[in-house]
Amino acid sequence: MTIIEPTTGTQREVGAARRRKEDQRLITGRTRWSDNIQLPGMLHMAMVRSPYAHAMIRRIDTEQAKALPNVISVLTGKDVAEEQGVIANAWAITTDQKAPAHLPMAVDRVAFAGEVVAVVVARSAAEARDAAELVDVDYTEMPAALDLREAAEDKVLAHPDLGTNKSSFWQLDSAAQGSGGSVDEAIAEARANGIVIEREIRQQRLIPAFMEPRSTVVDPTGEQITMWSSTQVPHIARFLLAATTGTPESKIRVIAPDVGGGFGGKLQTTPEEWITFLAAKRLGKPVKYTETRSESLMSGHHGRDQWQTLTLAATKEGRVTGLKVDVLADMGAYIGLVGGGVPVLGAWMYNAIYKFDSYQFNCTPVLTNKTWVDAYRGAGRPEATYAIERLMDELAVEVGVDPIAIREMNWIKHEEFPFTTVAGMTYDSGNYEAATARAKEIFGYDDLRAEQQKRREQKDPVQLGIGVSTFTEMCGLAPSRVLGQLNYGAGGWEHAEIRMLPTGKVEVITGSSSHGQGHETAWSQIVADRLGIPFDDIEVLHGDTQVSHKGLDTYGSRSLTVGGEALILAADKVIEKARPIAAHLLEAAEGDLEFTDGKFTVRGTEQGMALTEIATAVFAAHNLPDGVEASLDSEATYDPVNFSFPHGTHLCATEVDTETGQVKLRKYVAVDDIGVIVNPMIVAGQVHGGIAQGIAQALWEEAVYDDAGTLVSASFVDYTIPSAADVISFDIDHTTSPSTTNTLGTKGVGEAGTIASTPAVVNAILDALRPLGVSDIEMPCTPHRVWSAIRAAKGGQS
Amino acid sequence: MIPATFEYAAPTTVEEALAALAEAGEDAKVMAGGQSLLPVLRMRLNAPSHVIDLGRIDALRGIREEADALVIGAMTTHDDVMHDALVHEHALLLTKVTTTVADPQVRHRGTFGGSLVHADPAGDLGAAAMALDASFVIAGRDGMRTVAADDFFVDLFETAVGEGEILTEIRIPKHEHWGAHYEKFVRTAQQWSIVGIAATVHHEGGTIMEAKIGLTNMGSTPLRARATEEALHGVFANDEAVRAAVANIADGTNPPSDLNGDADYRRDLAVVLARRAVLHACGV
Repeated sequence: MTIIEPTTGTQREVGAARRRKEDQRLITGRTRWSDNIQLPGMLHMAMVRSPYAHAMIRRIDTEQAKALPNVISVLTGKDVAEEQGVIANAWAITTDQKAPAHLPMAVDRVAFAGEVVAVVVARSAAEARDAAELVDVDYTEMPAALDLREAAEDKVLAHPDLGTNKSSFWQLDSAAQGSGGSVDEAIAEARANGIVIEREIRQQRLIPAFMEPRSTVVDPTGEQITMWSSTQVPHIARFLLAATTGTPESKIRVIAPDVGGGFGGKLQTTPEEWITFLAAKRLGKPVKYTETRSESLMSGHHGRDQWQTLTLAATKEGRVTGLKVDVLADMGAYIGLVGGGVPVLGAWMYNAIYKFDSYQFNCTPVLTNKTWVDAYRGAGRPEATYAIERLMDELAVEVGVDPIAIREMNWIKHEEFPFTTVAGMTYDSGNYEAATARAKEIFGYDDLRAEQQKRREQKDPVQLGIGVSTFTEMCGLAPSRVLGQLNYGAGGWEHAEIRMLPTGKVEVITGSSSHGQGHETAWSQIVADRLGIPFDDIEVLHGDTQVSHKGLDTYGSRSLTVGGEALILAADKVIEKARPIAAHLLEAAEGDLEFTDGKFTVRGTEQGMALTEIATAVFAAHNLPDGVEASLDSEATYDPVNFSFPHGTHLCATEVDTETGQVKLRKYVAVDDIGVIVNPMIVAGQVHGGIAQGIAQALWEEAVYDDAGTLVSASFVDYTIPSAADVISFDIDHTTSPSTTNTLGTKGVGEAGTIASTPAVVNAILDALRPLGVSDIEMPCTPHRVWSAIRAAKGGQS
Repeated sequence: MIPATFEYAAPTTVEEALAALAEAGEDAKVMAGGQSLLPVLRMRLNAPSHVIDLGRIDALRGIREEADALVIGAMTTHDDVMHDALVHEHALLLTKVTTTVADPQVRHRGTFGGSLVHADPAGDLGAAAMALDASFVIAGRDGMRTVAADDFFVDLFETAVGEGEILTEIRIPKHEHWGAHYEKFVRTAQQWSIVGIAATVHHEGGTIMEAKIGLTNMGSTPLRARATEEALHGVFANDEAVRAAVANIADGTNPPSDLNGDADYRRDLAVVLARRAVLHACGV
């Protein structure tokens, strides 16, 4: 980690590797996780879930369950059909999108294994669980649409009344939108005179697997209904509870207390939240529901799950002239909060850091009878980045040059920024040359290539491979106008508020809440610099709609680039509100005041007054200028003008045991350019964790269903997430191209590692095995798959 | 998740435990360290009427020497086995295998005997017990009996320990100056064995005098590779010779097919891992 030393003047905190102020309570658990919340008279709920992927519910017998002691209520979908509302699909990417109604509790039909059909509320969690086992549900099984490609052919319908499994069709075409030429012409030309690379890539289904299972407590006593929930989106939950259940928004308070991870998996409003809300409202008592890990894996939304069909056109020399992408995206049984838009978010990223002449992206989201699919760390961009970075390696092989050379030949040069891509996005800033040069240097690229050559010559059973990934991504979701054009149901602004307390302390309120990102530390650093207030005197409040009444929450690497800018605007308003008061108290003209290090001084004199002193004076309000309000508190809402585009070069060396198929990481270097860094320690955490999560897609994780539509990988025995013991220590560094679209110059880092590392690892494996005739392996590259690919290549099959 | 309700007893002697077990009837479960039983109960894959916890029976813990054998109490934790000097000296293979069992938390709770009686074919200790010619002392209402390793493992999750019986100790003949190695093949660090090869070898001047090999997860029970052991006898321990000797180690095995790989893959792995395990055990 390159720690940026704090500099003088107003740049004291931003750039300092501050320890996170929230970690003490998070690590010791002395805090409020949703499941820690205990309320007087609180009841507990357990779910009865469908074991079938697709079935009609014939009859539900609740008598035995109701007869158990301390069981308060057993509810079925039929019991609450009139009042349960609906789970929101906020992103109908096309106006004719076909989407089944997603009821919190199924009424007549279940569409995936794990869907809730009944709930039991009892005095204790154990009694609720015991009673849930006794609820007897009579199902008639129906044929299930399970395989994505078969489902796209409509042979079996996931929702018979929709008439098709294809939810919509969405296209971006560079010729049609005027951002480039015709891709079909480019491919035809390349077939005649150049190189065409064609590939089909499976993006396997993944499970977010956050550390803290989802938990919801709803308290209906008092004037408001309060919901605590382990969510990334308290504000969206409040809005949608009001919109779909008829409870006035002003009567709902949603609190996301400390939340133990999300990775997009908690960017959702869930059946479990809605049912808990409903049960509490009905019974008039607080109700808690906490899922088990198996329930979490089975019913929390999944990620990825696409088939990508790719055609890359290039000249003989290796200059890319066009790319055609056809995506089939498995949406699972229902379209979730932003699920409709997730595969489409990749549309602007397939061209990556490269200059193309033509591009076409076609996306068909497909409904199946599996767990719903929605945002998962990277959401659409990892799929795109994986595809293009794999293709660039294949192109390098075809042309016969080093994979870095093929990228250099095609990438946008640093002097060409801002650069409008063939997909139509304008990249703010970047320097791919610098990041790549630095990565090669740290990696020892030439030495590792030499070692690779030696191992090849010696026919070492353990072969060395080097993988390259020069990724970019789009962060800072999002300009509201752009979201409007994409038919998204909300905007992309963010809100911040600063309260100057009379004792000199400061409360900062942010609309984007942390579920592990370290907002409390980073926000304090920004405000400390802007207002000249000591770091420790700043308290950051978030995640409670009553405290932070406005916000659009946390996802898409948006908090700092969007919320941080709102914070700066709010801080500047505080200074401007304080200025006339300072002038009045210092008996100087406003124009003669300057504000530095938290203090107004009269230019050219020793005379001055701290902002905190002004806050105290405002509290007393004994001597304020006429017409000035007795408050320095300020708020601001910021709507970004553009996305930000961080990038980086990741290099990975793997050792592949050709006898067993085992892949071992040997070295991993990440040089990320994420613009200005507020806290290098937080950034390092994001990068390390992100890389590990991306490597997990390459090597370990896959949600697997059997032929009946049952999730086989329904516990951590079979859904193999890595631990620290499975990864190596990554070498990370940064280059800095400040974003030109926000004051701080930040770009976002929450998803970068995950987006970058998957192709780096798979490219490395294939680089190791290419001399053996292996040119493709489906993810995750398990030892069995690697071994099978080697064996197939030996047998003359590809 | 929360288990279904059950009656709980925590006897302090083997006699009391046997009595409690007899009284509880056929739906009772014996709990040793609970590292396998509790997850099963919590996922409601099993709902016993009674759980008889052996955790308070001090007599079942500890490791001692008895003439030519090591005697390990069934309730001795993996962690104690792993750090025991006697085990290291006389049954090095067991030390090496035990260090690969799960993680430190599980090793502090989980027990040697509990794991063996659980008899998960992907569990590591069975292969070591087979290779080391362990014998198993089982207490029942009619007294004690001793069962050889070959007869102990009956099938998937089934051993010679019958209803109403308790495994009290495991006796292992001393293997002084035997090299040992366990090749545990996993996808992620903390995972059940996909395949495991436990090898212990007595060699002189690079020549294998005697080799004993146990296989993990190559069938419904841990297996002993006797034909391969024969083939290794008198072999000079180099890559080529050992490769030839272990080539047929998977013959007659019936490994499972699952998310980690199919049976063919496991058979191929067994051959590769056996070569590596034997060479390692020989210090090559």
